[in-house]
Amino acid sequence: MQQEDLLGTAAAWRAAGRKVALATVTETWGSAPRPVGSNLVIDGTGNFLGSVSGGCVEGAVVAEAIDVIASGRPKLISFGVADETAWEVGLSCGGKISVYVEPVN
Amino acid sequence: MKIALLNALNEERAARRAAVVVTALESGEQRLVKAADIAKDELRAALETRLRSGKSGTEETPNGKVFLTVFVPPARLVITGAAHISQELAPMAQRLGYDVTIVDPRTAFATPERFAGIKLLAEWPDKVLPELRIDAHTAFAALTHDPKIDDPALLHALSKDCFYVGALGSKKTHAARLERLKSQGANEAQLARIHAPIGLDIGAVSPAEIAVSILAEVTARLRLGDGKR
Repeated sequence: MQQEDLLGTAAAWRAAGRKVALATVTETWGSAPRPVGSNLVIDGTGNFLGSVSGGCVEGAVVAEAIDVIASGRPKLISFGVADETAWEVGLSCGGKISVYVEPVN
Repeated sequence: MKIALLNALNEERAARRAAVVVTALESGEQRLVKAADIAKDELRAALETRLRSGKSGTEETPNGKVFLTVFVPPARLVITGAAHISQELAPMAQRLGYDVTIVDPRTAFATPERFAGIKLLAEWPDKVLPELRIDAHTAFAALTHDPKIDDPALLHALSKDCFYVGALGSKKTHAARLERLKSQGANEAQLARIHAPIGLDIGAVSPAEIAVSILAEVTARLRLGDGKR
Protein backbone atom coordinates (compact mmCIF):
# COMPACT_ATOMS: atom_id res chain seq x y z
CA MET A 1 0.00 0.00 0.00
CA GLN A 2 1.49 3.33 -0.98
CA GLN A 3 1.25 6.27 1.37
CA GLU A 4 1.42 8.96 -1.30
CA ASP A 5 -0.75 8.98 -4.39
CA LEU A 6 2.16 8.87 -6.80
CA LEU A 7 0.11 8.04 -9.90
CA GLY A 8 -2.25 10.89 -9.07
CA THR A 9 0.80 13.13 -8.78
CA ALA A 10 2.11 11.90 -12.15
CA ALA A 11 -1.21 12.76 -13.81
CA ALA A 12 -1.39 16.15 -12.06
CA TRP A 13 2.17 17.08 -13.04
CA ARG A 14 1.49 16.06 -16.64
CA ALA A 15 -1.78 18.05 -16.67
CA ALA A 16 0.19 21.07 -15.44
CA GLY A 17 2.42 20.79 -18.49
CA ARG A 18 5.44 19.25 -16.77
CA LYS A 19 7.43 16.48 -18.45
CA VAL A 20 7.08 13.31 -16.39
CA ALA A 21 8.67 9.88 -16.06
CA LEU A 22 7.56 6.96 -13.91
CA ALA A 23 10.02 4.48 -12.39
CA THR A 24 8.80 1.10 -11.08
CA VAL A 25 10.71 -1.60 -9.21
CA THR A 26 10.20 -4.73 -11.34
CA GLU A 27 12.44 -7.23 -9.54
CA THR A 28 14.34 -7.49 -6.28
CA TRP A 29 16.91 -9.94 -4.96
CA GLY A 30 18.29 -10.19 -1.45
CA SER A 31 17.63 -7.44 1.04
CA ALA A 32 16.22 -4.82 -1.30
CA PRO A 33 14.62 -2.08 0.76
CA ARG A 34 11.49 -1.43 -1.34
CA PRO A 35 9.10 -4.06 -2.73
CA VAL A 36 8.36 -4.85 -6.37
CA GLY A 37 5.83 -2.36 -7.72
CA SER A 38 7.22 0.63 -5.76
CA ASN A 39 7.19 3.86 -7.74
CA LEU A 40 9.19 7.02 -8.18
CA VAL A 41 7.68 9.91 -10.14
CA ILE A 42 10.19 12.27 -11.72
CA ASP A 43 9.72 15.52 -13.65
CA GLY A 44 11.92 16.99 -16.38
CA THR A 45 13.87 19.15 -13.97
CA GLY A 46 14.70 16.36 -11.54
CA ASN A 47 11.97 16.86 -8.94
CA PHE A 48 10.81 13.52 -7.64
CA LEU A 49 8.35 11.88 -5.24
CA GLY A 50 8.18 8.35 -3.90
CA SER A 51 10.90 5.77 -3.46
CA VAL A 52 12.37 2.77 -5.27
CA SER A 53 15.17 1.95 -2.84
CA GLY A 54 14.72 3.98 0.32
CA GLY A 55 17.30 6.49 -0.87
CA CYS A 56 20.15 4.26 -2.14
CA VAL A 57 19.81 4.67 -5.91
CA GLU A 58 17.18 7.40 -6.32
CA GLY A 59 19.80 9.86 -7.63
CA ALA A 60 20.82 7.49 -10.42
CA VAL A 61 17.19 6.71 -11.29
CA VAL A 62 16.37 10.41 -11.52
CA ALA A 63 19.32 10.92 -13.91
CA GLU A 64 18.10 7.99 -16.06
CA ALA A 65 14.56 9.38 -15.95
CA ILE A 66 15.71 12.70 -17.39
CA ASP A 67 17.32 10.75 -20.27
CA VAL A 68 14.12 8.77 -20.75
CA ILE A 69 12.03 11.95 -20.84
CA ALA A 70 14.40 13.37 -23.48
CA SER A 71 14.44 10.21 -25.64
CA GLY A 72 10.81 9.23 -25.07
CA ARG A 73 11.93 5.60 -24.80
CA PRO A 74 11.50 3.38 -21.73
CA LYS A 75 14.50 1.69 -20.12
CA LEU A 76 15.06 -1.26 -17.78
CA ILE A 77 17.94 -0.65 -15.39
CA SER A 78 19.57 -2.95 -12.84
CA PHE A 79 21.34 -1.94 -9.67
CA GLY A 80 23.26 -4.25 -7.38
CA VAL A 81 26.53 -5.14 -5.80
CA ALA A 82 27.72 -6.99 -8.89
CA ASP A 83 27.59 -3.73 -10.82
CA GLU A 84 30.44 -1.37 -10.09
CA THR A 85 28.47 1.75 -10.93
CA ALA A 86 25.62 0.66 -8.75
CA TRP A 87 28.04 -0.01 -5.95
CA GLU A 88 29.18 3.56 -6.28
CA VAL A 89 25.63 4.88 -5.96
CA GLY A 90 25.30 2.59 -3.02
CA LEU A 91 22.98 -0.38 -2.64
CA SER A 92 25.19 -1.14 0.32
CA CYS A 93 22.54 -3.42 1.82
CA GLY A 94 23.77 -6.06 -0.64
CA GLY A 95 20.46 -6.29 -2.46
CA LYS A 96 19.81 -6.02 -6.19
CA ILE A 97 16.92 -4.34 -7.94
CA SER A 98 15.63 -3.81 -11.46
CA VAL A 99 13.83 -0.57 -12.22
CA TYR A 100 11.68 0.14 -15.27
CA VAL A 101 11.76 3.80 -16.22
CA GLU A 102 9.17 5.07 -18.69
CA PRO A 103 8.03 8.44 -19.99
CA VAL A 104 4.46 9.55 -19.24
CA ASN A 105 3.32 11.10 -22.49
CA MET B 1 2.89 5.15 -19.92
CA LYS B 2 0.40 6.95 -22.09
CA ILE B 3 -1.43 9.70 -20.27
CA ALA B 4 -4.77 8.21 -21.35
CA LEU B 5 -3.84 4.90 -19.73
CA LEU B 6 -2.67 6.69 -16.57
CA ASN B 7 -5.93 8.63 -16.34
CA ALA B 8 -8.01 5.48 -16.89
CA LEU B 9 -5.99 3.71 -14.19
CA ASN B 10 -6.45 6.58 -11.74
CA GLU B 11 -10.18 6.50 -12.42
CA GLU B 12 -10.31 2.79 -11.45
CA ARG B 13 -8.27 3.46 -8.32
CA ALA B 14 -10.50 6.34 -7.27
CA ALA B 15 -13.56 4.09 -7.65
CA ARG B 16 -11.89 1.35 -5.51
CA ARG B 17 -11.81 -1.09 -8.44
CA ALA B 18 -8.80 -3.36 -8.90
CA ALA B 19 -6.76 -3.14 -12.12
CA VAL B 20 -3.49 -4.42 -13.58
CA VAL B 21 -1.10 -2.64 -15.93
CA VAL B 22 0.57 -5.11 -18.30
CA THR B 23 3.93 -3.90 -19.64
CA ALA B 24 5.96 -5.80 -22.24
CA LEU B 25 9.47 -5.16 -20.95
CA GLU B 26 11.12 -5.60 -24.38
CA SER B 27 8.87 -3.40 -26.49
CA GLY B 28 7.47 -1.09 -23.84
CA GLU B 29 3.98 -1.90 -25.09
CA GLN B 30 1.43 -1.38 -22.35
CA ARG B 31 -2.23 -1.99 -21.60
CA LEU B 32 -4.65 -1.64 -18.72
CA VAL B 33 -6.75 -4.62 -17.65
CA LYS B 34 -9.68 -3.72 -15.42
CA ALA B 35 -10.80 -6.28 -12.83
CA ALA B 36 -14.07 -6.80 -14.70
CA ASP B 37 -12.19 -7.72 -17.90
CA ILE B 38 -9.75 -10.24 -16.42
CA ALA B 39 -11.97 -13.29 -17.06
CA LYS B 40 -11.69 -12.84 -20.83
CA ASP B 41 -8.00 -11.85 -20.90
CA GLU B 42 -5.31 -14.09 -22.43
CA LEU B 43 -3.24 -13.75 -19.24
CA ARG B 44 -6.24 -14.59 -17.07
CA ALA B 45 -4.56 -17.16 -14.78
CA ALA B 46 -1.58 -14.94 -13.99
CA LEU B 47 -3.76 -11.87 -13.55
CA GLU B 48 -6.10 -13.66 -11.14
CA THR B 49 -3.22 -14.99 -9.05
CA ARG B 50 -1.59 -11.58 -8.92
CA LEU B 51 -4.81 -9.87 -7.95
CA ARG B 52 -5.40 -12.27 -5.06
CA SER B 53 -1.89 -11.84 -3.67
CA GLY B 54 -1.86 -8.11 -4.43
CA LYS B 55 1.76 -8.49 -5.57
CA SER B 56 3.22 -7.00 -8.73
CA GLY B 57 5.78 -9.04 -10.65
CA THR B 58 7.24 -10.38 -13.87
CA GLU B 59 5.64 -13.18 -15.91
CA GLU B 60 7.03 -15.17 -18.85
CA THR B 61 4.59 -15.28 -21.77
CA PRO B 62 4.87 -16.68 -25.32
CA ASN B 63 5.48 -13.08 -26.41
CA GLY B 64 8.29 -12.42 -23.93
CA LYS B 65 8.55 -11.06 -20.41
CA VAL B 66 5.77 -8.86 -19.13
CA PHE B 67 5.60 -6.92 -15.91
CA LEU B 68 2.25 -6.88 -14.14
CA THR B 69 1.70 -3.87 -11.89
CA VAL B 70 -1.16 -4.75 -9.59
CA PHE B 71 -3.47 -2.15 -8.11
CA VAL B 72 -5.79 -3.48 -5.43
CA PRO B 73 -7.74 -1.04 -3.25
CA PRO B 74 -6.90 -1.16 0.46
CA ALA B 75 -9.12 -3.80 2.08
CA ARG B 76 -11.72 -2.66 4.56
CA LEU B 77 -13.33 -4.35 7.53
CA VAL B 78 -16.77 -3.19 8.66
CA ILE B 79 -17.92 -4.50 12.04
CA THR B 80 -21.22 -4.18 13.85
CA GLY B 81 -20.75 -4.31 17.58
CA ALA B 82 -18.41 -2.35 19.80
CA ALA B 83 -18.03 -4.98 22.53
CA HIS B 84 -14.91 -6.77 23.77
CA ILE B 85 -14.21 -8.93 20.70
CA SER B 86 -14.19 -5.82 18.53
CA GLN B 87 -11.76 -4.16 20.92
CA GLU B 88 -9.27 -6.92 20.07
CA LEU B 89 -10.30 -7.39 16.46
CA ALA B 90 -10.10 -3.76 15.32
CA PRO B 91 -6.44 -3.04 16.21
CA MET B 92 -5.33 -6.47 14.93
CA ALA B 93 -7.12 -5.85 11.64
CA GLN B 94 -5.43 -2.46 11.37
CA ARG B 95 -2.04 -4.17 11.78
CA LEU B 96 -3.01 -6.40 8.85
CA GLY B 97 -3.63 -3.30 6.75
CA TYR B 98 -7.43 -3.09 6.96
CA ASP B 99 -9.26 0.18 7.09
CA VAL B 100 -11.59 -0.60 10.01
CA THR B 101 -15.02 0.89 10.74
CA ILE B 102 -17.19 -0.09 13.71
CA VAL B 103 -20.92 0.55 13.73
CA ASP B 104 -22.90 0.29 16.96
CA PRO B 105 -25.88 2.46 17.96
CA ARG B 106 -25.37 1.62 21.64
CA THR B 107 -23.53 4.71 22.80
CA ALA B 108 -22.38 3.02 26.01
CA PHE B 109 -20.24 0.67 23.90
CA ALA B 110 -19.29 2.93 21.01
CA THR B 111 -17.00 5.32 22.83
CA PRO B 112 -13.70 6.71 21.55
CA GLU B 113 -12.04 5.78 24.86
CA ARG B 114 -12.66 2.11 24.13
CA PHE B 115 -11.57 2.38 20.48
CA ALA B 116 -8.68 4.81 20.22
CA GLY B 117 -7.69 5.51 16.62
CA ILE B 118 -10.57 3.53 15.10
CA LYS B 119 -13.41 4.88 12.99
CA LEU B 120 -16.50 4.53 15.15
CA LEU B 121 -20.08 5.27 14.11
CA ALA B 122 -22.65 5.34 16.94
CA GLU B 123 -25.56 4.91 14.53
CA TRP B 124 -27.99 2.24 13.37
CA PRO B 125 -26.58 0.11 10.54
CA ASP B 126 -29.57 0.85 8.25
CA LYS B 127 -28.61 4.49 8.38
CA VAL B 128 -24.82 4.40 8.00
CA LEU B 129 -23.98 1.19 6.12
CA PRO B 130 -25.18 2.49 2.74
CA GLU B 131 -22.88 5.50 3.17
CA LEU B 132 -19.90 3.18 3.74
CA ARG B 133 -20.26 1.77 0.23
CA ILE B 134 -19.41 -1.84 1.04
CA ASP B 135 -17.63 -3.29 -2.02
CA ALA B 136 -15.69 -6.33 -3.28
CA HIS B 137 -12.67 -5.31 -1.20
CA THR B 138 -14.63 -5.13 2.04
CA ALA B 139 -15.11 -7.77 4.74
CA PHE B 140 -18.11 -7.57 7.06
CA ALA B 141 -18.43 -9.05 10.55
CA ALA B 142 -21.63 -9.00 12.63
CA LEU B 143 -20.60 -9.20 16.27
CA THR B 144 -23.33 -7.66 18.44
CA HIS B 145 -25.38 -10.81 19.29
CA ASP B 146 -28.37 -8.48 18.89
CA PRO B 147 -30.64 -9.23 15.91
CA LYS B 148 -31.96 -5.66 15.92
CA ILE B 149 -28.48 -4.47 14.98
CA ASP B 150 -26.89 -7.46 13.21
CA ASP B 151 -29.81 -8.55 11.01
CA PRO B 152 -30.29 -5.34 9.02
CA ALA B 153 -26.50 -5.05 8.69
CA LEU B 154 -26.23 -8.61 7.38
CA LEU B 155 -29.04 -8.03 4.91
CA HIS B 156 -27.20 -4.99 3.62
CA ALA B 157 -23.82 -6.79 3.40
CA LEU B 158 -25.42 -9.74 1.56
CA SER B 159 -26.85 -7.36 -1.02
CA LYS B 160 -23.27 -6.25 -1.82
CA ASP B 161 -20.36 -8.23 -3.28
CA CYS B 162 -18.13 -7.98 -0.18
CA PHE B 163 -15.49 -10.74 -0.14
CA TYR B 164 -16.37 -11.94 3.35
CA VAL B 165 -19.45 -12.00 5.57
CA GLY B 166 -19.25 -13.50 9.05
CA ALA B 167 -21.61 -13.56 12.02
CA LEU B 168 -21.03 -14.34 15.68
CA GLY B 169 -23.17 -16.94 17.42
CA SER B 170 -23.56 -20.67 17.95
CA LYS B 171 -24.97 -23.04 15.33
CA LYS B 172 -28.34 -22.80 17.07
CA THR B 173 -28.25 -19.00 17.09
CA HIS B 174 -27.26 -19.05 13.45
CA ALA B 175 -30.11 -21.40 12.47
CA ALA B 176 -32.59 -18.98 14.04
CA ARG B 177 -30.84 -16.09 12.29
CA LEU B 178 -31.11 -17.80 8.89
CA GLU B 179 -34.87 -18.18 9.41
CA ARG B 180 -35.24 -14.50 10.29
CA LEU B 181 -33.14 -13.32 7.35
CA LYS B 182 -35.03 -15.61 4.99
CA SER B 183 -38.34 -14.18 6.15
CA GLN B 184 -36.93 -10.75 5.39
CA GLY B 185 -36.20 -11.67 1.80
CA ALA B 186 -32.64 -13.08 1.74
CA ASN B 187 -32.27 -15.96 -0.74
CA GLU B 188 -30.41 -19.27 -0.26
CA ALA B 189 -27.32 -18.19 -2.19
CA GLN B 190 -26.99 -15.08 -0.05
CA LEU B 191 -27.50 -16.97 3.21
CA ALA B 192 -24.86 -19.52 2.19
CA ARG B 193 -22.30 -16.70 2.06
CA ILE B 194 -22.45 -16.14 5.81
CA HIS B 195 -19.56 -17.68 7.75
CA ALA B 196 -21.12 -18.75 11.01
CA PRO B 197 -20.15 -19.52 13.65
CA ILE B 198 -17.63 -16.83 12.67
CA GLY B 199 -13.92 -17.61 12.40
CA LEU B 200 -11.75 -20.65 11.75
CA ASP B 201 -12.24 -23.41 14.30
CA ILE B 202 -9.04 -23.09 16.33
CA GLY B 203 -10.68 -23.58 19.71
CA ALA B 204 -10.54 -19.86 20.43
CA VAL B 205 -11.62 -18.94 23.97
CA SER B 206 -10.58 -15.37 24.79
CA PRO B 207 -11.73 -12.31 22.82
CA ALA B 208 -8.20 -11.95 21.39
CA GLU B 209 -8.18 -15.58 20.24
CA ILE B 210 -11.60 -15.16 18.65
CA ALA B 211 -10.22 -12.10 16.84
CA VAL B 212 -7.34 -14.23 15.53
CA SER B 213 -9.76 -16.90 14.28
CA ILE B 214 -11.89 -14.27 12.53
CA LEU B 215 -8.89 -12.63 10.88
CA ALA B 216 -7.52 -16.02 9.80
CA GLU B 217 -10.84 -16.72 8.05
CA VAL B 218 -10.99 -13.25 6.49
CA THR B 219 -7.39 -13.61 5.27
CA ALA B 220 -8.18 -17.00 3.71
CA ARG B 221 -11.09 -15.52 1.74
CA LEU B 222 -8.98 -12.53 0.70
CA ARG B 223 -6.00 -14.57 -0.48
CA LEU B 224 -7.51 -17.90 -1.54
CA GLY B 225 -10.85 -16.71 -2.88
CA ASP B 226 -13.91 -18.91 -2.50
CA GLY B 227 -13.89 -22.66 -2.39
CA LYS B 228 -10.71 -23.54 -0.51
CA ARG B 229 -10.78 -24.10 3.23
